[in-house]
Amino acid sequence: MLAVYLRVFLVGGIVCLIGQLLINLTKMTSAKILVTFLLLGVVLEAVGVFDAIKEFARAGITIPITGFGSTLTKGAIEGAKKNGLPGALTGGMQAAAAGLSSAIFFGFLISLIFKARTKV
Amino acid sequence: MLSRTEYLKLDKKIAPKSKEGQTLFLAFVVGGLICMIGQGVNDLFKLAIPSADEKLLGEITSTVMIFLGAALTGFGLYDRIGKFAGAGSIVPITGFANSVVSPAMEYRCEGVVFGVMCKMFVVAGPIIVSGVSSSIVVGLIYWIIGLLK
Amino acid sequence: MTGQTIFFKNKPRVIAGYSIVGPKEAAGPLDPYFHKRLRKDDFGQKSYEKAECKLHMSAISGAIIAAGLAPKDVDVNIGGDLLNQIITSSFSARELDIPFVGMYSACSTFGQALIVGAALIDGGYISRAACSTSSHFSTAERQYRYPLELGTQMTPTSQWTVTGAGCTLLGKEGGNVCVESATVGKVVDFGVSDANNMGAAMAPAAAKTVLQHLKDTGRDVSYYDYIVTGDLGVYGSRLFLELLQSDGVNAAEKHKDCGEMIFDKKQRCPQGGSGAGCSSVVFNSYFLHQMRAGSVKRLLLVPTGALLSKLSSLQGETIPGIANAVSFAVEDVC
Repeated sequence: MLAVYLRVFLVGGIVCLIGQLLINLTKMTSAKILVTFLLLGVVLEAVGVFDAIKEFARAGITIPITGFGSTLTKGAIEGAKKNGLPGALTGGMQAAAAGLSSAIFFGFLISLIFKARTKV
Repeated sequence: MLSRTEYLKLDKKIAPKSKEGQTLFLAFVVGGLICMIGQGVNDLFKLAIPSADEKLLGEITSTVMIFLGAALTGFGLYDRIGKFAGAGSIVPITGFANSVVSPAMEYRCEGVVFGVMCKMFVVAGPIIVSGVSSSIVVGLIYWIIGLLK
Repeated sequence: MTGQTIFFKNKPRVIAGYSIVGPKEAAGPLDPYFHKRLRKDDFGQKSYEKAECKLHMSAISGAIIAAGLAPKDVDVNIGGDLLNQIITSSFSARELDIPFVGMYSACSTFGQALIVGAALIDGGYISRAACSTSSHFSTAERQYRYPLELGTQMTPTSQWTVTGAGCTLLGKEGGNVCVESATVGKVVDFGVSDANNMGAAMAPAAAKTVLQHLKDTGRDVSYYDYIVTGDLGVYGSRLFLELLQSDGVNAAEKHKDCGEMIFDKKQRCPQGGSGAGCSSVVFNSYFLHQMRAGSVKRLLLVPTGALLSKLSSLQGETIPGIANAVSFAVEDVC
């Protein structure tokens, strides 16, 4: 149990550390960082190694946005295998529906309740 | 006076740099902690819903984490975490939630339709577009490979 | 005009100056000199744009009241700000009932407004002009950068937009400070493309304008008590001095930067402030106070501006800079 959490912390930490390194070296904005790691997740899933990493690192690799990329891609691949062309098109969004819908809905809800505050 | 090239060279040489060690350490620790919280949420729901499979647990976990990221953004705390954690709070899924919620809140003054709804994805748009498109490309490749077999 | 420099024959006067700032600026080292400080920077308004507009308006009416005048005594309001279509200045002019000339040259707008105002007075066309500029952290942030609640880090060279507005009331007569000459800057681009490194983008323009001013007037740096740049920040100031040095001019002892002065090192913006309001609040508070008191006799104010937009940055354009120099003197050396 403890070993699992340690692995989660280490891998998740390293993924974020690489992100920070990219920010420091290239002055990438947050959107570009997110896109980069998302695509990393897509590639890892596409070549079939994501599951192996996930087996070891658990939330350490699925909580970073790489997990979102993997979910999308896994869905598209499974869709393609099951339903052919339409499956390849719809599988990704179907698999990622939970994340996307919740982001949209919570985002909308929060914006109705809270106001952006100035910073000091 | 210095020429353009000499000036740019000077700028590159003497420009203040990020505190490498400190920023990397903070990104590592905060990023790691957020992932541990994610694992905790996952394990809690596993106990609560013994029949849930891994896919459902994953969906619940991301929903909860996105909710947490959104709520912290709403209370004006997420950007404070981001100030010192950098990529540590950008890369996790909570950072994705932050990039959706923050423009939605920001443009509330311009109305619900043309403010909140139109501007919600000004930051996170590229993430959705690149993610969905690339996953479809991968799906197509797998489909073609399947046809060839 | 000699070179790029105008010499004002009739020496227009600074009748009054007024500065109003937000809470972060009021927590900085120049606090005792500001005329009004806000406790909350939304100024009781529904949006930050509306708050900035109210700030701008307050600065203009503050200067008019400080001079013991009424709006009808002012011939023209020459104002500018950073927002698209300069809505802050024009919306505040909507309320004021003073003929309005809108200005834009980013953070050097204050210099431009002073030059135009002084020239109109010197030429005998008008007798009083209110030259005003403003900026607001929360409106600039959303227009030029990111949403406020987005969790991003400041890069080591980024500056903090000043929340504040300043207004200088110029006139034919009144007060012991006069506008003596001014140098209109050229737009200079040395190829800096990082929008978070505006100090570096503006430093060459500032250096060129100052060198041109010294050349046109035949003066030495030692002629001035202070050469005050607008918002180069700590790092931009360093580059500015290096550029002057490479031309054999040593201004290190005379140089001050409004952006560097307005915030404390502890205020989590190591490079200092920026924005169209930066030079105008610092000049109208601290420096005008020093000149009135006679401890500063000759001052060259050089507001600096980075002429970029969000679109130009996305299209890969580099950042052109501009700087306008305005020379002030107290009466006995006018």
